[in-house]
Amino acid sequence: MAMTLRDVINKLLRRQPASASTARERLQLVLAHDRSDLSTELLDQMRREILDVVAKYVEIDVDEGAVSLETEDRMTALVANLPIKRTMTGKIKLKDPKNQAEENPQETEDSDQNS
Amino acid sequence: MATDTRVILICSGKGGVGKTTLTANLGISLARQGLTTAVLDADFGLRNLDLLLGLENRIVYTAQEVLEEECRLDQALVKHKQESNLCLLPAGNPRMLDWLKPDDMKRIVNMLKEQFNYVLIDCPAGVEDGFKNAMAASKEAIVVTNPEVSAVRDADRVIGLLNTNAIKPVQLVLNRVRPRMMANQEMLSINDVTDILALPLLGLVLEDEQVIVSTNRGEPLTLNSVNSPAAKCYLNIAKRLQGEDIPLIDPAEESSGFGSKFRRLMQTKIF
Repeated sequence: MAMTLRDVINKLLRRQPASASTARERLQLVLAHDRSDLSTELLDQMRREILDVVAKYVEIDVDEGAVSLETEDRMTALVANLPIKRTMTGKIKLKDPKNQAEENPQETEDSDQNS
Repeated sequence: MATDTRVILICSGKGGVGKTTLTANLGISLARQGLTTAVLDADFGLRNLDLLLGLENRIVYTAQEVLEEECRLDQALVKHKQESNLCLLPAGNPRMLDWLKPDDMKRIVNMLKEQFNYVLIDCPAGVEDGFKNAMAASKEAIVVTNPEVSAVRDADRVIGLLNTNAIKPVQLVLNRVRPRMMANQEMLSINDVTDILALPLLGLVLEDEQVIVSTNRGEPLTLNSVNSPAAKCYLNIAKRLQGEDIPLIDPAEESSGFGSKFRRLMQTKIF
């Protein structure tokens, strides 16, 4: 993020930053929501579901994880920032298109019966 | 007959940001360049364009009477006292509620296109029916906003609707710019607003007390006070509309002396 000389001086003196940067940040946030027509509740619900899905594969820091909307040039993107504590090696194998059956024990049983 | 009439919607979403003042001054400026111009007040519930142009006592008929064939178009058009290339057409009067439909707008604009180079439509505030009717006959649009969070947010809603309705080009006019506040970073900068709204900037208008004086008199600044800061901005916008390459005013240049040098130093991006 760009900082001006004034911003730095304000920071050193522990003064409030000039209000234009506050205005810019608040606007960017509110417009991302306006443009996507997503309410805070819906976004929060989506965030929780995304975290649940991701948590099946990797151990993530739930407190640090953030899902937000960011806008640039009238394009809104859903940005997820999920710090990974560690991968759950061994518990879940990566999807292999040639050998998908291995992933699901139920299916493995079925294929065993078929063969 | 004008064959390549430009029909321009002047809109903002939020009220009070300067749509009507811009419409009046652009109308005068274009007329001064020898272009026949009609300004259509699509905000018939709260019409004010007549007042800004000093024509409030001359209105006899409105677009509604024209469409109902109670009068001819030239009877409803109010010619400006000093600028004969400029005519005002009110869409209706405040007594008529809910008469204007998108098709009415298209019919009246088609009639205006027969005899004018420019048709400027002064749009009502809001994003509801009044706005949608006003938009129906427009090909291009100018969005007016102020460097304030509420005005920019509302402008964004309007731009979304204009995009959905395939109106283009859409250009931005940033109104009520205070160079000193911008220099102190206590007001959204020009880049902040153009980046957020992602629109090309047609022009900016400096905050100017003379705007109020001119409104009091019913004489737009571009008519008699051409040297006031805002009037110069309006004239530049009219020239750019006509394709002239006029550089934008740099707000930092507007405040001069040691103070402004210091403020510019403080704006230096260091990382």
